[in-house]
Amino acid sequence: MKRSYVRTVAVLAAGLLVTAMAACGDDGGPGGDAVSLDDGTTLTLWTRAATESVSKAYAEAYNATHQNKVEVTAYPNEEYPAKLASAAGAKALPDLFAADVVFAAQYASQGLWTDITDRFGGLDVKDKVAPAHVRAGTWDGRNYAVPHTIDMSVLLYNKDLYQQAGLDPEKPPTTLREFADHARAIDKLGGDVNGTYFGGNCGGCVEFTFWPSVWAAGGDVLDAEGRNAKVDSPEMAEVFALYRALYEEGVAAPASKDEAGPTWLGALQGGKVGIAPGPSVWLGLIEEKGVKMGVAPISGLAGGESTFVGGDAIGIGATSDKAAQAWDFLTWTMSEEAQVEVIAKNKGVPTRTDLAANKYSSADERIVAINSLMAKGKTPYAQNFNASFNDPQSPWLQTVRGALFGDATKALADGNTAITRSLQQS
Amino acid sequence: MSTMVTSPPDRQTPPQPEPARAARRRRSGAARRAAVGALYATPTAVMVGLFFVVPLLLVGWMSLHRWPLLGQPTLNLPDNYTGIADNTLVRSAVWFTLKYTVVMTVLLFVVAFGLALLVQHRRPGVGFFRTAFFLPMTVGFASASLLFLGLLSDEIGPVNDLLSAVGLIDGYVSWTSGSPDTALGSAVLLVLWRFAGFNMLILLTGLQAIPPEVYEAARIDGASRWQTFRRITLPLMRSSIALVLTLMVTGSLLAFDQFWILTRGGPDNSTTSLVMVIYREAFVRLDLGSAAGISVALLAVLLVFNIIQLGVLRRRSH
Repeated sequence: MKRSYVRTVAVLAAGLLVTAMAACGDDGGPGGDAVSLDDGTTLTLWTRAATESVSKAYAEAYNATHQNKVEVTAYPNEEYPAKLASAAGAKALPDLFAADVVFAAQYASQGLWTDITDRFGGLDVKDKVAPAHVRAGTWDGRNYAVPHTIDMSVLLYNKDLYQQAGLDPEKPPTTLREFADHARAIDKLGGDVNGTYFGGNCGGCVEFTFWPSVWAAGGDVLDAEGRNAKVDSPEMAEVFALYRALYEEGVAAPASKDEAGPTWLGALQGGKVGIAPGPSVWLGLIEEKGVKMGVAPISGLAGGESTFVGGDAIGIGATSDKAAQAWDFLTWTMSEEAQVEVIAKNKGVPTRTDLAANKYSSADERIVAINSLMAKGKTPYAQNFNASFNDPQSPWLQTVRGALFGDATKALADGNTAITRSLQQS
Repeated sequence: MSTMVTSPPDRQTPPQPEPARAARRRRSGAARRAAVGALYATPTAVMVGLFFVVPLLLVGWMSLHRWPLLGQPTLNLPDNYTGIADNTLVRSAVWFTLKYTVVMTVLLFVVAFGLALLVQHRRPGVGFFRTAFFLPMTVGFASASLLFLGLLSDEIGPVNDLLSAVGLIDGYVSWTSGSPDTALGSAVLLVLWRFAGFNMLILLTGLQAIPPEVYEAARIDGASRWQTFRRITLPLMRSSIALVLTLMVTGSLLAFDQFWILTRGGPDNSTTSLVMVIYREAFVRLDLGSAAGISVALLAVLLVFNIIQLGVLRRRSH
């Protein structure tokens, strides 16, 4: 009995030693050089639930044609940043991880992704990969991430409600004022039909859907370095004023004031909202529920077109020792094969500008319209984007609430100062 | 032990002076027992050390540094502590957390004590009520928060429809983010539902530990119900009350899930608790040093609260 006790202790000690050595091994950082390797390695890939289906589609197609195997794990959107931070603190990041593209600069600056400048620079297609996403994954002139999925903001409108309201379903609005008029016309249908809907308690939803109107009008919300806010610009104030009027008139559904994100898609799927800006990837999800949808670009108050180029960027975990194999997967995701047969085939937006028109997109003119918007859109860049804009405690959400439901002038002026302070926080 | 001392010396072994041998045996026996005792305590000591003391020291150490997720930390004392004073969100969160703690502790105590008194005596059906009151405790807190979020939602929940049907509300009401008061009210209701039964159970144990003879004596002496409650029940319940109050105050000061899920700290940061700010510093701003600084400050406040609370209650019970 005594001998078995000693043996147990010895086995435990050996186990601890091996674990400790393995942990020390991680400190060595990523191994391999700038080449790709397909040698049967298993790679772990983390992503947020919102883009899980795309990551899984990539992994399935890659696993079917390669010796390497990619295993995808998805986490709820809200918990994902914390999960990543904990893994980084424990030096146990996955081999690959995707993140909301607006957070990419922060992760790059923190060194959570491996520097892929040389690898990316050696790609033939590097100039054709969504420039806004590449810029988002750049820190101090070095590349850390490439595009993984692209999601753009567009106007989604219910064709049946258009018809009922006497509007032409083939003629969506070309200015934001026209959008408001169409929403008002549909709202007059009465009952539980509402003209429009927006996420008035969700910083991310508002920046995704309102900012393109500011850009389309020639304005901006942030400076190029992401250090100064410009939310007190006349363009931004006009956009807020228009949505505020729609809410006060009851044209926007009352729940818009409290929409924090989780029930946003559900509200549009219900088929009772006339026209609303939203993510392009929702087109298929809404139509699945039997609602016939049209798509149009988001415009400025008096015209113009723009979009928020969102989605996910992906890089190689800084603590991974399988960088060469992980790069093999990333290179493949940027190939024509992956972009057309995985992304375009599933009605997604290709991450390559040269593949916007392809054999699948041409079958649906709405998809062509969405794809062509990428060149007109923007991805905002700021190291402290999450803390300043997306987080529920961000100064942006307070600004949004004030501008839509409170003292708008004061909210925008105070908000600009608070957001700038947050952006500059080291 | 006494047999060893008084047993006759072994004639086969070389003769030794009696007192020296006995003393050595006594010493070796005591040392062996101490070693065995220490061995038994070692697993617990290692667990406590690894999972309580080391993390605590690490948080204290982190609070003195600028601590990146990857890479070398650098000493920045006292920036993480002076930063707390400059953080306006911390100021509003401290005020809100204290307000919530007072409201929650009072309401939860009253409800839990009320429930305990209701189901104190054995009578038909009391088992059902005890189980029913305790049942919410079996639902995970995060799940319970999501459940309330769903129930209170105008989009998918039945509460608004029910209240409209009976004429209590008219039109659209947002319970979780409409106004600071409704948001706080929703969270308070959730916590009451989830924790009242658990605290009732602790208080019920205390109630049942009071000997029935004391009540009989009081009854014979002609004490009224109120006098019995004030002079017998309350004083004899002191240790149980101390326990539930400590749990309630500590739990409220560390509130997170209910606000994180139910109100997201809104509207306009009006329900942002102190632990939510710590979470934001660590996982949104990725500033682990600052998060550790606020954690240490909160720990100090909790310590002071608990020392005062237990000190006062113990002194009274003497």
